[in-house]
Amino acid sequence: MENIIELKNIGYSYHSLQGETVALKDISFGVKKGEFLAVVGPSGCGKSTLLSIIAGLLAPEEGTITVNNPDGSLRYPRIGYMLQHDHLFEWRTIYQNVILGLEINHMMTEERIAYVNQLLKDYNLEKFRNKRPSELSGGMKQRAALIRTLALEPQLLLLDEPFSALDYQTRLFVSADICNLIRAAGKTMLIITHDLSEAISLADRIIILSRRPAVVKQEIPIRLTLPDDSPLASRNAPEFQYYFNLLWKELSEDEGQEA
Amino acid sequence: MKVKKHKSASQDTLEKPIPSDRQALYLELHRRHKLFVAFWRFFLLFLFLLFWELGANTGKIDSFFFSSPSRILKLFWELCKDYSIFMHIGITLFETVVSFLLVFIISLVTATLLWYSTKLSEILEPYLVILNSLPKSALAPLFIVWLGTGTTTIIVAGISVALFGSIISFYTGFKQNDEEKLTLIYTLGGSKRDAFHKVVLPGSVPILLATTKVNIGLALVGVIIGEFLAARRGLGYLIIYGSQVFQLNLVITSVILLCLIAMGFYKGLQWIENRIERK
Repeated sequence: MENIIELKNIGYSYHSLQGETVALKDISFGVKKGEFLAVVGPSGCGKSTLLSIIAGLLAPEEGTITVNNPDGSLRYPRIGYMLQHDHLFEWRTIYQNVILGLEINHMMTEERIAYVNQLLKDYNLEKFRNKRPSELSGGMKQRAALIRTLALEPQLLLLDEPFSALDYQTRLFVSADICNLIRAAGKTMLIITHDLSEAISLADRIIILSRRPAVVKQEIPIRLTLPDDSPLASRNAPEFQYYFNLLWKELSEDEGQEA
Repeated sequence: MKVKKHKSASQDTLEKPIPSDRQALYLELHRRHKLFVAFWRFFLLFLFLLFWELGANTGKIDSFFFSSPSRILKLFWELCKDYSIFMHIGITLFETVVSFLLVFIISLVTATLLWYSTKLSEILEPYLVILNSLPKSALAPLFIVWLGTGTTTIIVAGISVALFGSIISFYTGFKQNDEEKLTLIYTLGGSKRDAFHKVVLPGSVPILLATTKVNIGLALVGVIIGEFLAARRGLGYLIIYGSQVFQLNLVITSVILLCLIAMGFYKGLQWIENRIERK
């Protein structure tokens, strides 16, 4: 299938008066339409910088990003970005929070609002639409943040450790829940995570970045034999342990070098 | 804090229709505490007025210099009869409110521009710091020469006292907003303008309100300084006039009226603050 977005030789450095820090060096990969891609790497290796570049918030210093829109246009595809924290605004109700993106883009059309209302119903947030974020549990806030992202109907979703603020049990449920919903909606997803089992259970392919300056160390396609494709069940797949050890070895080699 | 405690207590009683003994005891203690505080507040004032009055009547303190509550009331009643006092109070109130509103508008606009442009804020920073530290009463004689005596000069004096501190506070408040919240706006396709309207401004409301409370006091200070130097009307003029003709009853009456005005402003702003927070 065609790549929805293609990175070629991306490089990026941070500059300060004390000197230059190379964050990314010669990064090349593509994301296929409908694919779930996970990026793992040691902490501080520049994963978030990579996401910011893909999202168009930072311009790469070297290399190019090519975009293949389904309609053939060269316009940057609409990309949804979920940050580490939900960042729901306390001065807005849940409903006002989830329509924030529509408001900013002046897209408060009837069908979009109907879509948002449908999502609020599907995610059992209907009762809470006029509540403030502080009255919701962590999992519910995460769902509200997802609705806020989906309201703009992005083609590609970027998730920057979106579940790291949740406790372990909620995290398993919410990550499975949200990934199923994203898959059901036929979206493409790129997720950054520290959690190796999360990466294996959610992704079709894993990209391992080295420590800084980050380069693509290895790409591992994940093939799990499963009765059904739910992320929770995938942790019991026979290949799960194999992939886990493989990733662990790649990442700890890097840590060893650093020590 | 006390208000919050009270709120959670009443929520508890809502959930449990029959409050437990401990809850009833808690509510009772809370009510007694409130009464105790209220009683002592009034009793202190009462004691102060009582000793003042007795001291003046028995000659322990010189009522020519220190006046007394009964003399103040008598003078106030006389001033009320020819309505002149209302004119003086009204002028001071008017000048203070106009200065305060202008300070609010000018500092909001300036702080917004400074937030938009890092270059502008870096260029202007030393000037703002100097103007903020400068004793503004030093400028008052200049205002009189430039603008003459009258309402304009007094309003400018009121503005000058509050303005620069207010700009600095507003700007600092704007800058303190969470960087990641701004990133969220940009990931949703928003511009810097959206970031300002959706995050910076609503997120700074508490700081804006706190600064506003300080500003109303400072505007009153500036207006009184202005009236000392350049007025024929207003409470500041009454104070200066009273001291020049050794009518200290008049001076102290005006000071007490200023206390009441300051309290009124503060309470008014608190009321507005509560309404905004409840929304």
